[in-house]
Amino acid sequence: MAGTRTIRVDSLARVEGEGALTLEVRGGELVDARLEIFEPPRFFEALLRGRHYAEAPDITARICGICPVAYQMSAVHAVEDALGVVVSDPIRLLRRLLYCGEWIESHALHVFLLHAPDVLGFEDAISMAKRNDELVRRGLRLKQVGNRIMSLLGGREIHPINVCVGGFYRVPTRVELSALEADLEWARDAAYETVRWAAGLSFPELERADERVALSSASEYPFNEGRVVSDRGLSIEPEDFEEEFIEEQVAHSTALHARRPDGRSYLVGPMARFALNRDRLSPAALAAADEVGLGADSRNPFLSIVIRSIEILHACDDALRMIEGYAPPDEPAARVEVRAGVGHACTEAPRGILYHHYRLDERGIIEEARIVPPTSQNQRAIEDDLRAFAAPRLEMAEDELRRGCEQTIRNYDPCISCATHFLDLRVNRR
Amino acid sequence: MARRPKLAVWKFTSCDGCQLSLLDLEDELLEVAGQVKIAHFPEATRRSLQGPYDLSLVEGSITTEAEKARILEVRGASRRLVTIGACATTGGIQALRNFADVSAFAEVVYARPETISTLADSTPISDHVPVDFELRGCPINKRQLLEVICAFLARRPPVVPTYSVCVECKRRGAVCVAVMGTPCLGPITQAGCGAICPAYTRGCYGCFGLDESPNVASLARHWRGSGVPADQVVRMLQTFNAGAAPLREESERHGRD
Repeated sequence: MAGTRTIRVDSLARVEGEGALTLEVRGGELVDARLEIFEPPRFFEALLRGRHYAEAPDITARICGICPVAYQMSAVHAVEDALGVVVSDPIRLLRRLLYCGEWIESHALHVFLLHAPDVLGFEDAISMAKRNDELVRRGLRLKQVGNRIMSLLGGREIHPINVCVGGFYRVPTRVELSALEADLEWARDAAYETVRWAAGLSFPELERADERVALSSASEYPFNEGRVVSDRGLSIEPEDFEEEFIEEQVAHSTALHARRPDGRSYLVGPMARFALNRDRLSPAALAAADEVGLGADSRNPFLSIVIRSIEILHACDDALRMIEGYAPPDEPAARVEVRAGVGHACTEAPRGILYHHYRLDERGIIEEARIVPPTSQNQRAIEDDLRAFAAPRLEMAEDELRRGCEQTIRNYDPCISCATHFLDLRVNRR
Repeated sequence: MARRPKLAVWKFTSCDGCQLSLLDLEDELLEVAGQVKIAHFPEATRRSLQGPYDLSLVEGSITTEAEKARILEVRGASRRLVTIGACATTGGIQALRNFADVSAFAEVVYARPETISTLADSTPISDHVPVDFELRGCPINKRQLLEVICAFLARRPPVVPTYSVCVECKRRGAVCVAVMGTPCLGPITQAGCGAICPAYTRGCYGCFGLDESPNVASLARHWRGSGVPADQVVRMLQTFNAGAAPLREESERHGRD
């Protein structure tokens, strides 16, 4: 190959947000891979100062239209930690059910509308639908089932209005929840078919060894609760998060990058959750993972589409189980006694751990807020994956390399709005 | 067959939720995509066709110099331009910076704030270019979005009510939370959401922005008279549409109290 070349892709599509990717190639060797983020900053951590704790779930939801429930869940749990609020079991259950709705919606959006076109070689799901009508319609209907859960429990799909510190403004009746059952039973079967379909796709080879970090609790696949654990023996409470995961500003991004104290990258999200919690999947989801031969040691990031499908199946099962076991609480929300305090929480957004930390004064006004979204934690792992993917493939035809790099990024379903969005891929060959 | 109109979706400073509303039209998406040519919509497709575009949907507010230049290009390439959502129509939640010093904001979030390039204010699209229609909401209502797209395809004005959400609340048969003593922005807020907050027994927090003839001062006076402290009144007026002039002015009046 000639000594110097420049390949440039001006926009990576089908991600949530604005950024760019640059690969530096010198003398045929890949010397650097950078995920650049141009999403204009919105300064949420600053504008939360001086707001009342009760506003945190509604304001932080606006960080991301794709995963607002995640922001609401981390916000209420962190504020409840600061105020010493303990919620009843039915409230815990309803929060988990709401989260299942967001996982189903967000994962179905990613699997069918954003990721599948890569694998099947289309520009988008709409052109894909011309030859795969049934597949796209299944995806849209699965997405709709997730949205129905959010509409019923949250009031609407995007930026739900029913979540508050202590619980909900209004809780559903048993009859209202039962109306979701028929949809969820369909969705469970459709999700199982999706796992089989996804596992039958062909993926590029790539083995990655980054530390995998997820929440983990004794009895449940993680949503709102658990310790922060890793496959290298880390096990901490969310209050120690900032000691183990450091955020820093890098020149090529308006999103802060997170790393481990020794500088290493790590990854959060479906791959990590699955690796650390596989045995706590619902029986049907676990059986599906066994059937397609996907073990906890799966290290190829391209398999994330299969894992998301397994998580959709799990979320449908979990939702059905909760609807069956639901008895409405006496009060829609726990009583809150305002006091000064500091609170922390991690919950599992569809894209991985979302950390919130608040310091409140004695009137409940937020004095300080820190938010660490999953995509800023995954940025380094994405760059590592790009290096590992591209380095042995520099001889590939440019368009093929470009598509491969885009897919490498999309494996993480990056949400750049969250991390501060639109990717633009450049390969500079010198 | 007649040429299919070209639809483009553009993002400025925002959360992506309003453009997601288009993908949330699960039952109608494929049909809509059959009626229009989706020419530019990076969240959904790699394909990007050159303009001019028959209809551009614009999400987000203007917060950087680059965005100021880009919106001029988008307007120049668009026959009709519709802004979607609170960010694009009033500046969004990020317009809270307009009440503060943005460099102090940057210092809170970034270790090297001097490297962050951003404007002092978050402003709506209509401050920069002529806009053919504004669809409100944080987020927009997907049924209203469908109505706007259909109306522009049929070359008729969209049927989007501008009266207060109280009309929807009454029609829904929800119990008025304001008469129960809960501060509610319903009387000054435009309809469109279906009055979901009162239906879930909470006060409206104004995410659809002001209705056609809001009396903000009167509502704020009513709250103060029922014992709501000044700082809470300020916070209630300064949320997702804080950049709208009547909300800004009234909130600043109570901020001095």
